[in-house]
Amino acid sequence: MSSEDIRIGVFICHCGTNIGGVLDVPSLTDYARSLPNVTYSADNLYTCSEVGLTEIKENIKEHELNRVIVASCSPRTHEPLFRAICQEAGLNPYLFEMVNIRDQDSWVHMKEPEKGTDKARDLIRMSVYKAALLEPLERVKVAVTHSAFIIGGGIAGMTAALNLGNQGFKIFLIEKEPELGGLLNSLNKVFPSNEDASKLLEIIDMIESHDNIKLYKSSVIENITGFVGNYNVVIKQNKKTINIDAGVIIVATGAIPLSPEGYFGYDKKKIISQLDLERLLKDDQVKANNITMILCVGCRNEERRYCSNICCMSAIKNAMLLIEKNPNTHITILFRDIQAAGTDYEKYYRRAREMGILFIKYLPEKPPIIKKDLVDVYSDLLNQDIKIPQDLVVLSTPLIANEDSEVLAKMLKVPLEENNFFLEAHVKLRPVDFATDGVYVCGSAHWPADIAESTSQANAAASRASIILWKDQLEVEGSTAEVKTELCIGCEACIRICPYSAITKDEETDTAIVNKVVCKGCGLCGASCPKNAIIIHHFTSDQIRAEIFTYGGEI
Amino acid sequence: MVIGAGIAGIQASLDLAERGIKVELVEKNACIGGRMAQLDKTFPTNDCSICILAPKLAECSRHPNITLHTLSEVRYVEGSVGNFTAKVLKHARYVKEDVCINCGTCVEKCPMRVEDDFDMQLRKRRAIYIDYVQGVPAIMTIDKEKCLWFTKSACRICEKVCEREAIDFEQQDTEIELNVASIIAATGYDVFDPTPIIYLGYGRFPNVVTSLEFERLISASGPVGGHLIRPFDKKEPENLAFINCVGSRDIKNNPYCSSCCCMYTTKEAMIAYEHNNKIQSSIFYIDLRAGGKGFRDYIQRGRNDYAITYINGKVAKILQDEQKNPIVVYEDTDTFEVKKLKFDIVVLATSMVPKKDAVRLSEILGISVDEYNFLKSMAYHPQKSSKEGIFLCGACRAPMDIPNSVVDASGAAAKAAEIVMRV
Repeated sequence: MSSEDIRIGVFICHCGTNIGGVLDVPSLTDYARSLPNVTYSADNLYTCSEVGLTEIKENIKEHELNRVIVASCSPRTHEPLFRAICQEAGLNPYLFEMVNIRDQDSWVHMKEPEKGTDKARDLIRMSVYKAALLEPLERVKVAVTHSAFIIGGGIAGMTAALNLGNQGFKIFLIEKEPELGGLLNSLNKVFPSNEDASKLLEIIDMIESHDNIKLYKSSVIENITGFVGNYNVVIKQNKKTINIDAGVIIVATGAIPLSPEGYFGYDKKKIISQLDLERLLKDDQVKANNITMILCVGCRNEERRYCSNICCMSAIKNAMLLIEKNPNTHITILFRDIQAAGTDYEKYYRRAREMGILFIKYLPEKPPIIKKDLVDVYSDLLNQDIKIPQDLVVLSTPLIANEDSEVLAKMLKVPLEENNFFLEAHVKLRPVDFATDGVYVCGSAHWPADIAESTSQANAAASRASIILWKDQLEVEGSTAEVKTELCIGCEACIRICPYSAITKDEETDTAIVNKVVCKGCGLCGASCPKNAIIIHHFTSDQIRAEIFTYGGEI
Repeated sequence: MVIGAGIAGIQASLDLAERGIKVELVEKNACIGGRMAQLDKTFPTNDCSICILAPKLAECSRHPNITLHTLSEVRYVEGSVGNFTAKVLKHARYVKEDVCINCGTCVEKCPMRVEDDFDMQLRKRRAIYIDYVQGVPAIMTIDKEKCLWFTKSACRICEKVCEREAIDFEQQDTEIELNVASIIAATGYDVFDPTPIIYLGYGRFPNVVTSLEFERLISASGPVGGHLIRPFDKKEPENLAFINCVGSRDIKNNPYCSSCCCMYTTKEAMIAYEHNNKIQSSIFYIDLRAGGKGFRDYIQRGRNDYAITYINGKVAKILQDEQKNPIVVYEDTDTFEVKKLKFDIVVLATSMVPKKDAVRLSEILGISVDEYNFLKSMAYHPQKSSKEGIFLCGACRAPMDIPNSVVDASGAAAKAAEIVMRV
């Protein structure tokens, strides 16, 4: 398209008094009209109101506009709306540009309106120069396989499988052990109801008999390829290799309890772990009257700074069960902070104290010392050393990440945090998504979680997954990266930096290729390419240069 | 049908809508957004709350599968799983929703000053108003209780100044009927009023504030534009105290733990420090409950980088000196001495309590409440209520933070989708 054909419309928003109360909007409108290629400009009280939107559509038709600029609030909230309006008027949505003159101008320059108006002039001019170089882009469409691959047959994986199976999707559930159930299999009873763990395992029957769920027990993952809507997983079951196609993948691999080996003289007899105690309780084999539990063994220290979230409650649970079994048992729990957040757990903790369980806060710099029949501990609250008779010591250790997390994370191309738990897309608002589309996480693979948290997250992951699964095809962002193969030297800098794992290497040509479906157009690859071989569509070097040069002049 | 459009209700609605399921989103207030819209920043990332929420608000109002019913209350529900009929009362806004463009002229001219609940009554709004600039739907509402026309048959200035003729004093409340397969309650929480705990001085001492009031004081969109001052004498504070568990873990008030306060007092102290790094904060706590992802490191950062001192112990009482500076009386557990510390502002981390109409809603829905009047959920399937087809998410079922509410909301959406797919 030659420059004579370019017809830009600029719409400048007052945003009530948000912009109009600070910047001189009418003068900006006149200014915009004076810029090259601008055919039409107008100001609106609210460009995003029904009136404003209709005005955009009518003027696209009347003035045959083929580029639209809105100078207003923020693309974060309003770009999708304005793009949609352009599309309704028959314009490719990528021929729209937005200028932020509110959040980044009128709001921050409230006390210097003239300078703010000058800045808005610059911003609008830059956008006009960029707009002249905009190209129409297509959103890629991709078909979706309506099935989910779920990794891990513990309570989280099973809950997610059951929900999605009931929603009518085909599920492939893989478990490395010969039986489903995960950590629940090693538990005696569960908090806060103190019912048998086996009661919660009744879900296994529902999973095994479900028409939509295909189970692979004693199986391991060999390889994962593909992208959202189109994953392919190779698994191995009894030396047999099986290929599975799935639209989404849910990680529900759980975590493992740290063995207290090396802490407090752990000997599995007189000094045991909380997990050992579960087994003894299950078999009714506890023969001790003075029991001391030590919490935070192997965590909240230099090596593992985190709090494992669930150990306080499981210690309290076992202490209660011991007293229920034998009311003459004396139990002391040495803790640092009791984690009993919410309604039920705080009540549970109170009940434990009412039952006579003694809680003593210890300081990590003065840890308890286990002697033959005693535990010596300094109580911060009483400011003195206390000697507690003991014939059994129980150590509470944290849940730690599975040792195969790293391998799995690599295969899935998703990140882990520093303790090797899986790292979600956004801690606050996307707690079960990964940055990579179509992959989700739930349960203790994400962070030590109790049963209620695990089932909640499992259902949440199922919900997020179903958003992909029900669709026949996905439409993905059009502003993506493209490699100019003739310039690429195959250095892989882009492959290493891409946070979405959208770039792979074509082994034949030894050059990088971008998967347009996975690419989010973030631009990291373009910035890191030493040969300038990557075009970021919608943010091309030419477009950005045009903006810079019209602001500061060519060098 | 999703009841309540705070972060939980919004997330549940968006998940369902994206899943291809029609959602009727019923919100009692004039704008959606709930508590999260009132917060300044959020832990542990210190993201600006409204900035990450606003795109979701916009999505909710734009999504073709979501019908938004604001100023609306569920009055009656009958039927059972797969087939519920709900009667919803839509209060009149007295502003035509499709005509008003939120230009603000009416607000400028309205002569009536009213306590602003959104800003925790720390400033006045007008009788015609929008809660906050990013509010959705972005239209005005007339506060019938306060409007001079409704109270004294006078004024009607807004009607005269509105160029678009959007004001409609003739609007009536209407009742609509909705037929839905499943219901999600996401009605959130109320904030505990600490006035009855007399020894803390709230209400008597001007520089003792609640955490949500403090949140508005440090918010850029709040009553003092985010420049932290004492509302009382405009003094810039340098010493802050935060008292955790106010009304929580307290058998005289709320025996339960509100589960977010340890983290948000740390956050509030951090933000205060970012505003003015002369500020030192002391946080009084019982247990530091920081079991969530990255929470321990967050507390550590507060201690190391933001001049926060954590003091283990419950506060005995708060006094006030002649300059109205609050004085915290507490026992130092290291030395066993009763100590007094003077602060510029004391912030009370008040508990999250059930909505005052929670019991009424539970009766309408035919579901149970727990012993505290939170909507009762099942121990190992927390999104399930006592009735099939009705699900719960967020702080209406127990106190919880934003990530947990979001998880809960998506979880409830999955359970509701299961029902919808079955019918």
